[in-house]
Amino acid sequence: MAKSIAELKAIRDRMQAQMNLRKDDGDSIRVVVGMATCGIAAGARPVLAAIVDEVGKRELADVKISQTGCIGVCRLEPIVEVFEPGKEKVTYVNMTEDKARRMVSEHLVNHRVVSEYTIGAAE
Amino acid sequence: MKEISLNLLDIAQNSVSAGATLIELTVRESQAEDIVLMSVADNGKGMSPEFLARVTDPFTTTRTTRPVGMGLPLLKMEAEMTGGGLEIKSELGRGTTVTATFRRSHIDTPPLGDLKGTVVTLVQGSPDIDFVYRRETDLGQFVLSTREMREQLGGVPLDEPEVLAWIGEYIEENEQSLQGE
Repeated sequence: MAKSIAELKAIRDRMQAQMNLRKDDGDSIRVVVGMATCGIAAGARPVLAAIVDEVGKRELADVKISQTGCIGVCRLEPIVEVFEPGKEKVTYVNMTEDKARRMVSEHLVNHRVVSEYTIGAAE
Repeated sequence: MKEISLNLLDIAQNSVSAGATLIELTVRESQAEDIVLMSVADNGKGMSPEFLARVTDPFTTTRTTRPVGMGLPLLKMEAEMTGGGLEIKSELGRGTTVTATFRRSHIDTPPLGDLKGTVVTLVQGSPDIDFVYRRETDLGQFVLSTREMREQLGGVPLDEPEVLAWIGEYIEENEQSLQGE
């Protein structure tokens, strides 16, 4: 049967119960993907999609994913920045879909930075 | 850009930056007319005639990190290479419409690519903007409006992963019917 916009009502009913469980923004981890011309041309769209997909599947309610413009190091795009409360920012460079999925499981779930993907390792 | 859908994402990001609250994306493909058309129409802050006159120059940009802006110049070149072109209409305080046309049969016309990926990325990045995505082929058309979705969703934000996945599936299914599959 063809999909209908009315299906969203079912999602609403299911989600509204869960929404109350979401943590406050103060504790959340922020993940930012560069989505300017440089990032898009280098492959940022599938990287973002992979992060959204992994975070959704793992139901990481305390992770907020957003996009930004040019981060400034166009040759190292796609770039993903991770901000954990009380910790230094981690900048991942030359990201791919696979690297993004590993970053979610190791960094966002287990809080271990994937050092070999960071800007420190690339420079 | 390897896909027209990536140009679409790139140009629509300009509309997001321009403070638009409504962004209309159109992708039309016609074998009969031998055309592929993509357009982005927004109600953002618009451009002055002076800025508009030099907006396809690669050394014109609004980014602050470096003085190069490749989005529109790349799109213009890609479209013109196929015998198509780029048209930009803009008015300060009213908004901007960017339309690129490609000759469908030309060997340099890029594939449309992952259109649903582009729409999902835009909604994820700006769940509060009203996006209207219009897709047309010789077989028909379909429209997705995030405002209509929001009415169904009550307070559930559009950037919930489950909602984004639904958008992807909805577009994919409708896309298939426009390809006669």
